[in-house]
Amino acid sequence: MSPEIARPRIPVPGLPLAAPGARVLESPVAPPYGEAPMTPMPEAATPGPAYHPGMEDLPPVLKVRDFSLWYGERQALHDLTLAVPEGKVTALIGPSGCGKSTFLRSVNRLNDLVDGVRTSGVIELRGAPVYGRAVDVIELRKRIGMVFQKSNPFPMSIYENVVYPLRIDGVHRRSVLEEVVERSLKSAALWDEVKDRLKLSALDLSGGQQQRLCIARAIASDPEILLMDEPCSALDPIATSKIEELMVSLRGDYTVLIVTHNMQQAARVSDYTAFLYMGRLIEYGPTQDIFTRPLRRQTEDYVSGKFG
Amino acid sequence: MPTRHGSRRSLDLLARGQPWVWVTAGGIATALLMIVGLLLLVLINGLTAYWPERVARVRLQDGTTLLGEFTRTEAGRRLLRTGNFDLTGKDFQWVEDAQIAGEDHPGEAWVFERLEWGRFYGSLREVRLDDRPVVPAPDRFRELHGAARRRLAEIRRIEKHDLGAVFAEMERLRLAVRKADVRHGPGSSAVEAARRRAREREPGLEQETAALNRRLEELKQEDRRATVVLADVNGREKVHRVSEVVRAYPANELGLPGRLAVYGSRWWEFLSSEPREFNTEGGIFPAIFGTVLMTLIMSVVIVPFGVIAALYLREYARQGALVSTVRIAVNNLAGVPSIVFGIFGLGFFCYLVGGRIDALFHPEKLPAPTFGTQGLLWASLTLALLTVPVVIVATEEALAAVPQSLREGSYGCGASRWQTIRRIVLPKAMPGIMTGLILAMARGAGEVAPLMLTGVVKLAEVPVDGHFPFLHLERSFMHLGFHIYDVGLQSRNSEAGKPTVFVTTLVLILVVAVLNLAAIWVRGRLRRRYGSERF
Repeated sequence: MSPEIARPRIPVPGLPLAAPGARVLESPVAPPYGEAPMTPMPEAATPGPAYHPGMEDLPPVLKVRDFSLWYGERQALHDLTLAVPEGKVTALIGPSGCGKSTFLRSVNRLNDLVDGVRTSGVIELRGAPVYGRAVDVIELRKRIGMVFQKSNPFPMSIYENVVYPLRIDGVHRRSVLEEVVERSLKSAALWDEVKDRLKLSALDLSGGQQQRLCIARAIASDPEILLMDEPCSALDPIATSKIEELMVSLRGDYTVLIVTHNMQQAARVSDYTAFLYMGRLIEYGPTQDIFTRPLRRQTEDYVSGKFG
Repeated sequence: MPTRHGSRRSLDLLARGQPWVWVTAGGIATALLMIVGLLLLVLINGLTAYWPERVARVRLQDGTTLLGEFTRTEAGRRLLRTGNFDLTGKDFQWVEDAQIAGEDHPGEAWVFERLEWGRFYGSLREVRLDDRPVVPAPDRFRELHGAARRRLAEIRRIEKHDLGAVFAEMERLRLAVRKADVRHGPGSSAVEAARRRAREREPGLEQETAALNRRLEELKQEDRRATVVLADVNGREKVHRVSEVVRAYPANELGLPGRLAVYGSRWWEFLSSEPREFNTEGGIFPAIFGTVLMTLIMSVVIVPFGVIAALYLREYARQGALVSTVRIAVNNLAGVPSIVFGIFGLGFFCYLVGGRIDALFHPEKLPAPTFGTQGLLWASLTLALLTVPVVIVATEEALAAVPQSLREGSYGCGASRWQTIRRIVLPKAMPGIMTGLILAMARGAGEVAPLMLTGVVKLAEVPVDGHFPFLHLERSFMHLGFHIYDVGLQSRNSEAGKPTVFVTTLVLILVVAVLNLAAIWVRGRLRRRYGSERF
């Protein structure tokens, strides 16, 4: 807390306080950080998150209210409030260490695996609380799919990788499993490449194929929301474009929440974009608007590449 | 002083580090040299030990004549294996080169390996059937010898197997009476019933015994008919039953095929039969069997225990001071001198646990112990205790090496912790666990000290027979490592046992190598299956 307070504040006169539809006025004071893109931005520009109009009308799958998270003494997320709309791709962008991945891992409570994590606030998945004493974490995770930064196929066959979520639920019916394998691999645009070698080890696939296999695995149990944590950051451009095409095709059938470092990617694949900075939500709105008509100077600076 | 464009001072040799390459390479070369040297020593001595050498007749200047095989050469003298312990009271004799008046290799010299008294070097003077000489002696001997050996094997089989079964049943009936006595009190109806059953069976068993004894007597009668007269180089005669000769061959008239046959037959006898002559002759099959069985039982015990312990330490326990202390303790356990484990095993397993088992399940046999004394099971468990830290440490390493991303992927799919461990973590860690098992087996198979206290004896039969429960884990057993110690250092005639020591060492190394190779093969398969080489 204290270092943030100690930072010098540069007053920005006439900044509107999240008036609906309002544009941020150009500051009469030339920002001092034009020359040095890596310097942190002034604190005064964040009076609270700016929500674009119309966001509250969308039917949400995931609702987050005043969610904060601490790693021990260090607060990583500050009072996040946002709703992830159903059937859309929502991107979380922001510079490294801003809490995007932490937030993503809070949704399926993977952060529980880390010692000393504390949370406050509410996350609801279709109205059911994610945090709380009565919540069965395992049941919760069964409703959520997740794709990780580094592809992590299990050391087993392609087939077994895809049906893993069903196997742990005790599903044994061959017909069910085979149908799920075909449907998931087709959704993940991998079916044509691997349909003849489903019994082969998943570790023999290429990096991009492995990541698509992980996506197939994540959607095999038909999750209510699909979390993607920088799914292309370890892939080459061709594999990346395949995954991006895949994300576009998943839109409508699946609700996707994706963390990405790559702003072009966010612009290409997402319907909505949330900009996080230093653990706070700065701005949230339709991707088009975030990239072309941001409400906040910080957002504008970030999406235009001035820092981050 | 280095300048921007001028030449900088060149590095001296030490700073370049070339000498270190030599020092480190020298270190590994020395280690390799010692290992290869040891293996070569064992290999050469072990493989040549059973080669039938030519028999030399040596005339000394003082007029004595010796017959035997030269086994060792030192400066100015040679060691002659003269055999004939029953006639001369010694097996070996040093011969000074300076004293030798003449040396030749007579064609009539034979080597006889006997059931008792060791080898006889001499000639085949006569073969007798019913005290009448038969000719030609060598051919008749070969004929009679084969039949006699088969007859002897049958005598052994009847004595051990058939009579053994009858005696085992008698003992069972006696114990049933005793058991009823202990359980239900003397004079109770159960005791009477047991006595009645025993009495009913008694005549049948006695008949069987009598029949078997008659058959034995016939065989032995037959066996006594064929005898052979041996004569040493000085003409002294020695009469043996033909069946007492294990193997005989005219050493100097044997061609290469004949020598190979003798060599192979000696190896076969060594690997497949039981020891005789205070272990210096005969085979080591019970020792091979005991070593392998003990190592396998140990492996079966340590893998689940070690894996479970490591799983708790690595996957479930909260990492902290307590777990670190436990980890250090486990590591130190591996460094405790093995004899300490032996004493612990004797006190805890043999006397305490075994004693309780006897008191609970075998009260009728007391005070004679069943499980309450040294035995194969207790030796295996003691060794398991000794080697389980190796498995724990290796498994922990393997578990730690399983990427966190795999665990997260599994949790992300909604798997429970146990499902994640069983389906993802354990398969992935399996090759590492096998490495631990390989190390543990290598250590366990070569360990001797704790076994001497917990179950290994000088001479024992294979702990498998035809009586329930067929595999007798409570029995004492033989072990290759102890066999080496026993033959090499504890026997009447260590010079005669030397070939056995080398060959036993060779076999022990081979047994350990085979066990390890099997485990390595399994590990290789697991690695291919779970792709561990990627991490």
